[in-house]
Amino acid sequence: MEALRIQNLKKAFGGLPAIADVSLSVQAGERRLIIGPNGAGKTTLFNLLTGDLARDAGSIELFGEEVGRLATHNRVHRGLARTYQIITLFPKDTLEHNVALSLLGLSRTRWNTFGRLPSHFYEEARQVLARVGLESVAGRPIAEVAYGEKRRVEIAMALAQKPRVLLLDEPLAGLSREERAQVKGLINSVPRETTVVMIEHDMDTALDMADRITVLHYGRVIVEGTRAEVVADPKTREVYLGH
Amino acid sequence: MRWAVFGVLAALLPLVAGEYYINLASQIVIFAVFAASINLLLGYGGLPTLGHAAYLGVAAYVSALMHLKLGFDHWMAAPIAVLATTLMGCVFGLIALRAAGLGFLMLTLALSQVLWGTAYRWVSMTDGDNGLRGLARPTPFGLDLNQAMPFYYFALVIGAFSIWMMARFVNSAFGATLKGARDQPRRMSALGYDVWLIRWITFVYASFWGAVSGLLFVYYHKYIHPVSLSLANSAEGLLAVIAGGSGTLAGPLVGAAIVLLLKNWASAYIERWNMLLGFVFVFIVVFMPEGVVPGVKRLWKRYVSKT
Repeated sequence: MEALRIQNLKKAFGGLPAIADVSLSVQAGERRLIIGPNGAGKTTLFNLLTGDLARDAGSIELFGEEVGRLATHNRVHRGLARTYQIITLFPKDTLEHNVALSLLGLSRTRWNTFGRLPSHFYEEARQVLARVGLESVAGRPIAEVAYGEKRRVEIAMALAQKPRVLLLDEPLAGLSREERAQVKGLINSVPRETTVVMIEHDMDTALDMADRITVLHYGRVIVEGTRAEVVADPKTREVYLGH
Repeated sequence: MRWAVFGVLAALLPLVAGEYYINLASQIVIFAVFAASINLLLGYGGLPTLGHAAYLGVAAYVSALMHLKLGFDHWMAAPIAVLATTLMGCVFGLIALRAAGLGFLMLTLALSQVLWGTAYRWVSMTDGDNGLRGLARPTPFGLDLNQAMPFYYFALVIGAFSIWMMARFVNSAFGATLKGARDQPRRMSALGYDVWLIRWITFVYASFWGAVSGLLFVYYHKYIHPVSLSLANSAEGLLAVIAGGSGTLAGPLVGAAIVLLLKNWASAYIERWNMLLGFVFVFIVVFMPEGVVPGVKRLWKRYVSKT
């Protein structure tokens, strides 16, 4: 079954096409890596998938349902979660409050204008943080934890929603070798019920995490296949090495 | 505990203060409700408004017109005035929330200016620059509110209830989403929140409490003039929130007290009292940019840590 099906997706800024024409299909449970040089349109593609940006043309189907016209929050309620390349957390709030907000986003309790946020949201948030190894700092403000821990909170917030499709935008960016290993282990532990689509620059680390790889260049898919197929393809070498 | 002490002190005030100060305290309570409703938008929603006097003024005018021209009893006129004003808030919210930041500010200003101009020009309805006179205060349970002390307690009870309701709102699950939408709207959308709807609900809720402050305002003054809808009135409310500390519950209360005490005291001694008001705000912004309440807390913490 296809988790994500994109057909002839296009997006231009002014006259400049960021996504010239992208079609791709991701199977349910698959780990898909999207790579490409700077300006290839990887993050723009994610922004189109989540609804942060409006498409110019094309269709986006999530488990067979066209979601291209839906607002961002409605796509989230259909099982789409994401992390950001630039960390966007709530720095004054504690880690557990950040994750509790994530849990609240899919709950009807979010419309309760009279009662306090129930404590079970915090209990569940602490459980999620324990899964990513952050239970000991759950009560600390985001601003006081290390960059690598913030990255893990980003992922924890997405995982807390038990998404059907998880979009990870450069989850290893800016991390030390040790932190990379932690985050990589965390991504590998995501159950197969969740389809993972990941953008990553660090190919050495990321290639072995993916079932299939898509190479974007100037807003087009130029190569798609398994790790061996992509590495062997001369177009990949041309894009990355210039020959 | 601190709120209980504050409540007891407020309740005891008429026992030690003269009529002038009791009346001044009534005005502070009314203005505090108005400022607290602005704080819902500015402090908790990150939505700076320059048109909130519209809700105070419209509720006051509707109540006054129904009482004077249609002969409605206050108990009929008051809910109708609040309902009509809140419905107006629903529509104004749809318009103003098409923009954020400066655009939102300008739209709220423009909408309130339309009402201000209407109140001035629709003389057959509003008596224009003369304002509407001849209003009587309500008599809840047969209680005569024409004296300073009973009116103060009446305003204090309604004011305390209003502030408590607004406190419940910002400390609720919804309040957590409102603060999230203020700090990271894009992230909140990505977590499944309809940021626009969160803001609209808050806008309507703030207009409701703005209307409640308008009722208290018109009951106190027994008179309503277009200036109550003016930019100056909205700006004073905004300044009270900023001076006291936006995004805090006590901030608008302290800010309202600062503005009204300065206006009343300074205007008695200094001809150009507006200038003094300006200096005080500059002083607050320079030395306590977060507002008096958070600023004093910060200084107190520093003092305690040193000693």
